[in-house]
Amino acid sequence: MNREVIVSSGKIARELSEAEVKEIEHELTLYPDKKAVGLEALKIVQRHNGWVSDESMLAISKYLDIALSELEGVATFFNLIYRRPVGKNVILFCDSVSCWIMGCEKIRKEINDHLGIDYGETTEDGEYTLIPVPCLGDCDKAPVMLVGEKMHRNLTADSIKSLSSSGKAQNKSGE
Amino acid sequence: MIGSNERPLTKNIDPSRGALDMDGYERAGGYLGAKKISSGMDSSSMLGMVKDSGLKGRGGAGFPTGLKWSFVPQGPDSEVQKYLVVNADEMEPGTFKDRMLMEGDPHLLIEGMIIAAFAIQASKAFIFLRGEYFESERCLVKAISEARDKGYLGDNIFGSDFSFDIVMHTSAGRYICGEETALLNALEGKRANPRAKPPFPQVSGLWGKPTIVNNVETICNLPGIMANGIEWYQSIGSGGDFGTKIFGLSGRVKNPGCWELPLGVTIREVIEEYGGGMQEGYSLKAFLPGGGSTDFLTPEHLDTELTYDAIGKLGSRLATGTMILLDDKTCPVGMIGNLMKFFSHESCGFCTPCRDGLPWVDSIFEDFERGGGTHKDLAILHDHVEYMGPGKTFCALAPGATAPLGSGLKLFKDEFEAHIKNRACPYKH
Repeated sequence: MNREVIVSSGKIARELSEAEVKEIEHELTLYPDKKAVGLEALKIVQRHNGWVSDESMLAISKYLDIALSELEGVATFFNLIYRRPVGKNVILFCDSVSCWIMGCEKIRKEINDHLGIDYGETTEDGEYTLIPVPCLGDCDKAPVMLVGEKMHRNLTADSIKSLSSSGKAQNKSGE
Repeated sequence: MIGSNERPLTKNIDPSRGALDMDGYERAGGYLGAKKISSGMDSSSMLGMVKDSGLKGRGGAGFPTGLKWSFVPQGPDSEVQKYLVVNADEMEPGTFKDRMLMEGDPHLLIEGMIIAAFAIQASKAFIFLRGEYFESERCLVKAISEARDKGYLGDNIFGSDFSFDIVMHTSAGRYICGEETALLNALEGKRANPRAKPPFPQVSGLWGKPTIVNNVETICNLPGIMANGIEWYQSIGSGGDFGTKIFGLSGRVKNPGCWELPLGVTIREVIEEYGGGMQEGYSLKAFLPGGGSTDFLTPEHLDTELTYDAIGKLGSRLATGTMILLDDKTCPVGMIGNLMKFFSHESCGFCTPCRDGLPWVDSIFEDFERGGGTHKDLAILHDHVEYMGPGKTFCALAPGATAPLGSGLKLFKDEFEAHIKNRACPYKH
């Protein structure tokens, strides 16, 4: 099996960056075998690149000597590994039971209206991607969502409006 | 109630400030329990103490913790490498208790882990944290680093001959990882499908080594038991269960939240005294007592004590102790449909009843929502309660889904019928 090329598309492994290699090497010191670091490597690569491309998959597979099919099995199993490009900020929108009782569907509609995106979609300016997520574990403050690494709680229509404007502000400051 | 003012899990938690650091935690009496390992207490007496305390696992199943630990083979012929894994993959719908503990008092978890690891003689532990809990990760990483600096983690901790360290593992989001053997597969870098049991993880777990998987809240009970003793621990709680439990409320209650209360407190006390009752204009129709995989209970059960046995006798489970309240203005069929969508999405896809049954059930609920539900659909839903029930599937995920489904079909028969008759959801408009 050729682990360096996805034959059908002719795609080849990219070079992992120094920073990526350093972080993967650190993880390798914590686990008894390379296979266990597969998911960690996917997360590291995603942290640096926003998502995990075919070229990144090939690079990890080669670096950790994990069969590409096996790594793909792991990558596609987990909700938080993105195999397609996402916006700068991923909105993980809780649609589980407590948030549903507290009206998250209305908030979702609010996001549809104000950002123009629904589940699985990215805003045209590449700023936000909206993805539903199982219960975020903040049910006493429902409805909630996670934007990047920040929890937004007790959501109202206004919280969504402020989100869209702060997104634009972030753009201007070049963050 | 005796000992009802004791709050060993949350005494250091104050939302108006950040979590206590190492100094603050020690000033508040922290690490006294764990330090017993250097004052002559051996691992088997520590294990015996936890066994005798009557502590039951707080992750959902309620299995006696000390008994679970006692299945780890010990002695000269046993595997040298043993592992402790903390299940911090809190993802049960409506459950938000472990987040509070990890973000509110991370050193309590670390102290508890030292105690558990010493009792089972594990030199290494993994915290399996859900990937979305960024704040919990920050709190724990900081606390682990403080504990290492102080020599409470690493070689020869507290001057004993016991060495122990913790690896922080953040997952990438799948509910099935809460199932302990699926969690172990995920830690090994595999797809998180559950494993066949036996062998049980206590004998052959992570990389084939003896492994104990405990929930965050379970571990947080240990420092108090070690520092204050069994008599103290058993003075808290009633109805045959000991200690405190984090109970939570979500839904249309005036004051949603979670509180540490003695086991045996009544459901009414939690909802009315702590939750302040339902919001104006809403009344309580039914509730799930311990997260999304428990059977519905109704207001007639409000005076039941929150113990594993008492809730079990009603045909439901105490499970995570975080109650989800259904009010009279919210559609019960829609609520169950929401839960079925969750379970369907989170099925690992390994066994047929779960992989094929849950999406089928989910699509029927979508039909009901759109007004297209039929009596034939209703019969198919009833069939699935049996097809996906305990013993029919590889793990407990689908049986968990049948808890709200089966109890809901019985309890909300009229509401299902109304959806069919009106060809619409009667709760809309």
